[in-house]
Amino acid sequence: MTSAQASPPEALRNAVIRLAGYSQDGIQSIGAFLAQLAGSTAQDVMTYMTIPSTISGGPSIFQVHLGSGKVLHPGDEADTLVAFYQDSYDNHLKSLREGGICFYDSDQVKELNTDREIIHIGVPFTSAAIEAIGGSAKDRGKNIFVLGMLCAVYKLDKEKLTAIISRKFGGKKEDILRNALLAFDAGYAWPVHDINHMPFAPGENEEANRLSTDGNTMLSLGLIAGGVRFGAGYPITPWSSIMELLRSELPKYGGMFIQAEDELAAVAIAIGAAYSGHLAITGSSGPGLSLKSEAIGYACMAEIPLIVVNIQRGGPSTGLPTSVEQSDLMQAIYGSHGDAPRVVLAPRDVQDCFYTAIEACRIAREYSTPVIILSDQAISSRIEAFPEPDLEKHWMEPTLDLSDRGADFKPYPLGKITRHSPPGARSTEGKYPVVTGLEHDEWGHPSSNPINHESMSAKRREKLIQLANSLPAPDFFGDEQGDLLFVGWGSTYGPIKEATDQLRAAGHKVGSLHLRHIHPLRNGLGDIFHRYTHILVPEMNDPGIYGHGQLATLLRSVTCNPNIRSLNKIQGITFRVKEIVDGALKTLAL
Amino acid sequence: MSTTPPAEPLTKKALRADHPTWCPACGDFAVLASFFNVVEKLQIPHEKIVCVAGIGCSSRFPYFVNTHGIHFIHGRALPLATGISLSRPDLHVFVFGGDGDGYSIGGNHLTHAARKNVNLSYVIMDNYVYGLTKNQTSPTTPIGRKSKTDPRGAMDRPINPMTQLVATGATFVARTHAAQVKHMNEMFERAILHPGFAVVETLSECTMFYPGAFDSGNPRKGGAFDLVDETTQDLTSTAEALKLAEDNSPGKFGVYYENKLPTKNENEWAWVKDAQSKSPDLSGKDLLRKRFASMR
Ligand SMILES: Cc1ncc(C[n+]2csc(CCOP(=O)(O)OP(=O)(O)O)c2C)c(N)n1
Ligand code: SF4
Repeated sequence: MTSAQASPPEALRNAVIRLAGYSQDGIQSIGAFLAQLAGSTAQDVMTYMTIPSTISGGPSIFQVHLGSGKVLHPGDEADTLVAFYQDSYDNHLKSLREGGICFYDSDQVKELNTDREIIHIGVPFTSAAIEAIGGSAKDRGKNIFVLGMLCAVYKLDKEKLTAIISRKFGGKKEDILRNALLAFDAGYAWPVHDINHMPFAPGENEEANRLSTDGNTMLSLGLIAGGVRFGAGYPITPWSSIMELLRSELPKYGGMFIQAEDELAAVAIAIGAAYSGHLAITGSSGPGLSLKSEAIGYACMAEIPLIVVNIQRGGPSTGLPTSVEQSDLMQAIYGSHGDAPRVVLAPRDVQDCFYTAIEACRIAREYSTPVIILSDQAISSRIEAFPEPDLEKHWMEPTLDLSDRGADFKPYPLGKITRHSPPGARSTEGKYPVVTGLEHDEWGHPSSNPINHESMSAKRREKLIQLANSLPAPDFFGDEQGDLLFVGWGSTYGPIKEATDQLRAAGHKVGSLHLRHIHPLRNGLGDIFHRYTHILVPEMNDPGIYGHGQLATLLRSVTCNPNIRSLNKIQGITFRVKEIVDGALKTLAL
Repeated sequence: MSTTPPAEPLTKKALRADHPTWCPACGDFAVLASFFNVVEKLQIPHEKIVCVAGIGCSSRFPYFVNTHGIHFIHGRALPLATGISLSRPDLHVFVFGGDGDGYSIGGNHLTHAARKNVNLSYVIMDNYVYGLTKNQTSPTTPIGRKSKTDPRGAMDRPINPMTQLVATGATFVARTHAAQVKHMNEMFERAILHPGFAVVETLSECTMFYPGAFDSGNPRKGGAFDLVDETTQDLTSTAEALKLAEDNSPGKFGVYYENKLPTKNENEWAWVKDAQSKSPDLSGKDLLRKRFASMR
């Protein structure tokens, strides 16, 4: 064992803890407990996990980045590694920074000699947990034992953590909670000698009422706050947790969510509910979005307000079902036959999932259009802490407008945004509308008149232009002009922001723009781009045969700016800050 | 919400919309006329009716009726109607479509709408051919019949719609013939009054591409209109219904199966009521706040 040394004397402000084991060992729940604790102690947190795409078990990691200030990414390198098995130890030791600490289960792992300076601490997680609980509860509880140990090592708030554990296990059988607390205390009391002095600094985040949860949960709750009460879906990873949550939550709010026989039925059911006067949602991940595309085109044509969620994963085809990618952008914007304009939004982090969902609801209603929310696997499952949303400001009460429609009612008026008359609403002059995917005139009658098709296409296009004119300025930070501008979308937000800070600290003039409204894009981006020598778009997709990632391709076509380049990564994992910094330095050297 | 009752009793005339674009003497005209008859008879308020359709000649139906209508994409009318019916249990939802739309591209949805027992009435205008796309083989085209996609005659065995419909578990299954308007009226009326998924298979001749397809079921053309004998038939028996269905074209006409089972609409709304009764005093906003509190 390398002796413990060089522990930082002052309190830690940041710690990246990587737990490596098998998914059945409950390592995700250690991570989730730590994350929840961070949220409730005003410390900041971001987690990152990999799950095997096999069902029962398999290697899995959970990484928690705790911070006393704002945490923007799950951490490039681990300060602490907890290894449960030999293979987790062998495979993850390299993720530990020089001088980091490795706790390993000495019942399972044989320590290796490395030439790196690493503090090795063997603790018999398995046998100590069994001993603490007593009897035959084999293996159960070793995760909570480790949690207790980490609590002691980092001087985390023991009282709050115990309360969180009690809340989690409280509803279950009595001895489950008792065993958990026994394991926790045993871990807490385990003499981890020398490193027993790594106090974690209290949080700086002032806000009270901080929540900690994952992106899919916040997206679902945002949809509810935005007024969605009906929807339908078909299971696919990583979308499923949204449908599961909505299925059990919506009835409480007077709505329902239906499990359909496939994605084609799911989107059709949602369009049926939307046509009936409710704001409805459907969703999926990559392959399911493809199946929905004919119906999404219908919703564009028939001008149905509809929310379509796509939690992107690695593609094409069934691709990398449990890994992250941002390669459905073009499919979201253009994926239908014909010219079928729709709106595409992308949340940047867990908290933003909530607000993006509400924004999607507002736009769908106001512009009577489908809105696609492009989230991704990384945000969907990672946990972050953030202030509780103010519902006084954001709650939208759903309404069903069944008022009479008079003689002047036209479902598809040129020059105005479509407002449908849902079934149940009386037409006082006796003519009832037919909502249709055939090209139609202002009254909804099928019409193949060539001029009519042109003006109706313009009507559908113009409303998105109108939306573009009303969009707020995108998130911006850094230098207003200079050497390089990052343009990002979706979950790359955190690492890009951190990279911007690092580059600026090193003396480069760097700005960063993060887009939530991907389609339509806000006006005037070209003018902003002109203030920089280079524009770099870090995105998790392939540069393709023309050499640019999907957003970069779009931005180049919109602004004709040849200085736009993409920085692509498709390894199924998110960008490290260092990768973005290196990419920027390479671009700056061009 | 307007509930003003109409001053005049509802009439067939008020139900008429655009003039149908079907070919002269197309069997679908009879289905339209029969629908007018039954809606007038049952005095269903027009604003409460939704006509839903996929794509095909027969699926043009919603344009020809003066009620709320939605003309969707090929094969997906049933799930669309499922969304309407479940989210708006106050409406009368009718689905119209052809054999291609319903048995081929939308075949899977039929099973699931039936299995869920969604409360709606589904009329399949079966003409044994693809009409709108001009004479290709359909899932009900008999072996040997020549079409543009089977120039030497259809090779694949046709499905037996009645066997299929009974097997889906639909809670009301009937068959009728476009040349028998009185019988059709009766089948439609019973389908509308049935709580749950009611489907009526209607032999509806395509005079353009498959004239004479159903002459064998038409006494005026030398055929026989053979009725199900409801005095001896147990309508709640799937086995008996399947037995009836063995004798396919033209086979027997009438109700093959009828059974009252809980509908998806009832089950889902019972859950909603129950879920809401757990916290009757909380507004939606409060409920969400409560949820937030559990995430701290
Ligand atoms: C996805 C898709 N595939 C194919 C078509 C072309 N199409 C339109 S109607 C039709 C078949 C119609 O046959 P049927 O449902 O029997 O109705 P009919 O016209 O005979 O009443 C087909 C294949 C389409 N509109 N959409
Ligand atoms: S093609 Fe056949 S099904 Fe279509 S309208 Fe003409 S007769 Fe009727």
